[in-house]
Amino acid sequence: MATVTADTPGFWNGTRRFGRFLAGEMKPRGRIITPFNVITIAIMAVAAVILYIRFTQGLGAVTNLSQDVPWGLWIGFDVITGVAFAGGAYVLCFMVYILNQEKYHPIVRVTVLNGFLAYVFYAGALLLDLGRPWNVINPIIGNSFGVSSVLFLVAWHFLLYMTAELLEFAPAIAEWAGWPRLRRWLNRLTLGAVIFGITLSTLHQSGLGALYMMARDKVHPLWYSEFIPIMFFVSSIFAGLSMVIFEGSITHRVFHHRVGEDLERNHDSIVRGLARICAGTLFVYLFLQVLVFVHGQKWEYLATGWGAWYLLEMIGFVLVPIGFFLHGVAKKRPRLIGTAAVLTLIGIVLNRLNISVIAFKWYLPVRYVPTWQEIVVTLAVLSAEIWVFRWVVNRMPVLDSTYVRAEAVEEANDAPASAA
Amino acid sequence: MRRRSAVKTLALAAGSTLAGKNLAQASTSGGDENLAATPESAAILVDTTKCLGCRMCERACAEANGLPEPAKSVEPGEQRDTTETQWTVVNRYETESGPVNVKRQCMHCLQPACASACLTRAMYKTDDGPVIWRGDKCMGCRFCMLSCPFDVPKFEYHSANPRIQKCKMCFDRLQEGDLPACVSGCPAKATVFGTRSEMLDLAWSRVYAEPDKYVHHVYGEHEAGGTGVLYLASVPFDQLGFRTDLSQQAYPTFTREFLYSVPFILTMFPPFLLAVSKATAGNRQEEGEG
Repeated sequence: MATVTADTPGFWNGTRRFGRFLAGEMKPRGRIITPFNVITIAIMAVAAVILYIRFTQGLGAVTNLSQDVPWGLWIGFDVITGVAFAGGAYVLCFMVYILNQEKYHPIVRVTVLNGFLAYVFYAGALLLDLGRPWNVINPIIGNSFGVSSVLFLVAWHFLLYMTAELLEFAPAIAEWAGWPRLRRWLNRLTLGAVIFGITLSTLHQSGLGALYMMARDKVHPLWYSEFIPIMFFVSSIFAGLSMVIFEGSITHRVFHHRVGEDLERNHDSIVRGLARICAGTLFVYLFLQVLVFVHGQKWEYLATGWGAWYLLEMIGFVLVPIGFFLHGVAKKRPRLIGTAAVLTLIGIVLNRLNISVIAFKWYLPVRYVPTWQEIVVTLAVLSAEIWVFRWVVNRMPVLDSTYVRAEAVEEANDAPASAA
Repeated sequence: MRRRSAVKTLALAAGSTLAGKNLAQASTSGGDENLAATPESAAILVDTTKCLGCRMCERACAEANGLPEPAKSVEPGEQRDTTETQWTVVNRYETESGPVNVKRQCMHCLQPACASACLTRAMYKTDDGPVIWRGDKCMGCRFCMLSCPFDVPKFEYHSANPRIQKCKMCFDRLQEGDLPACVSGCPAKATVFGTRSEMLDLAWSRVYAEPDKYVHHVYGEHEAGGTGVLYLASVPFDQLGFRTDLSQQAYPTFTREFLYSVPFILTMFPPFLLAVSKATAGNRQEEGEG
């Protein structure tokens, strides 16, 4: 194998060729003026102005955060809810790489890509909320390890998990760029990255709940229990998978031309399998919630307005989706499964926002309501993520695993030749 | 090649385990080193029965810490909270036994929730007792505010370079041998400074000497695991705006169980997952790993 150094002309040629390739790939595909593009560009432009004000005049200039409510929509929705939605990546990796359920292989890449982008953008949104973001590296570079802090654990895990997910997705990048040797090498790292990723996910999904352990006197008793970390972990399983079902139904329509034969053929069967797991984990979650409710003797709160709100969450968005999922699987009705997934996602939004925002300091006379600026920035983060997702899906082999298979065969044929 | 990839996987898993283990060990053993408090740590006793409500302490605090001068007059009955520019306030409560004035500021917990919540150790329990904030470390995440059971840390929401602001028990004055500004500025001797054991002794000796005057409770002796500021009062504390439903356990202990589970999961999951993956490998058809 020839060593490639910076002064060999081949290296420069290669770099130049890759540069041209990249420049070509940066060009937009398809029509530029679409309703989606126009709306999202407007949102992102407004958000840029809002963020300029936020970084020059302080958080108070654009948010309704207060001394009483230090964490609002940006943490409660973008980070805490967004990370739960990104849970599909570790669950699917567990099914495909640990349990070797090959049936689900065609959707692993798109799920890992979604998970990775969700962490980059939603966890990245954390930076917008930090008052002193220039100190964000302090707990990483080690000049001040706040090791007794749950947030320290969560911060480290976000960083490490993003790396693990990038490694899991890297073979697709190598295929796109046409680097078969690198791809083979990256492929060997996949199982390690997956194992590392699942371990990290277990801890930081529950860790997000553990953040509220010291706020025990501030969260309404119907939502606070010392089992929040376990609840967060269990609910991240069905939250993630419901997101996979929901996103799958959209990407299937929008990126139809990119969907491979494998996925096309198996899609309905994959969705039914995921729906079954959702129903099972939702049931476990509901059971745990009932257990905590009865054991914590919380009956007295049921007759209040908060009790009704709690029942709505538990019945409307946990119990009802269980029924829909099961019925949809039994009758093979994908639309019903899709509805169940949407209800489940709404339930997760409600649950995470109840703990972090709505039932947080429920005793205060003045409630926190996000400003329109906070909402626009949240939508902008979402839009930016969709833009990057679209760019990647339209270029890299994400939805088409037949392409991967063909490559793998080609490579296997190539391998002896290049080794010689 | 198959064997080699298995070895690499193992190595990666082992590496991740070690990395995790170090973190986890740190999070359990070394974690409380800045949360220790001794009976000798600095403490303030506030005797609300002696407080006149003159608010001289508010002025002394502002002067000593370079804060804007507090408002000259306060509406009667108005219950103020400390703010980012006013670290101590005196509120008047109309109670069954007449008006009572209560000075509020950071409680300087023996095991502060804020310091254990801080991922950069910016919020810091000094060996001497005061809980201070160090701006060069803070990233402004406000987790200290979320965690503090007394809602003491305040954030400068209208600054591009915001600070967390709160009473630091005049830590720098203490270093020079001075008293906290509010204590030395109190004309009625309603606030007393000393070591925590001295202040507890003083508090209880006052209660025992005049059992009819004081309620049989020193607020801060056990609340939140014990605080560096102690209170005496003539009426039950819930009538004076104090939270009496707080746990007597130190707040950092509520996350300890979770943090203890971290090394278990980090060390036991990877080998388990690897074993399951190898055990179910038969499910996979004989083709590429991609």
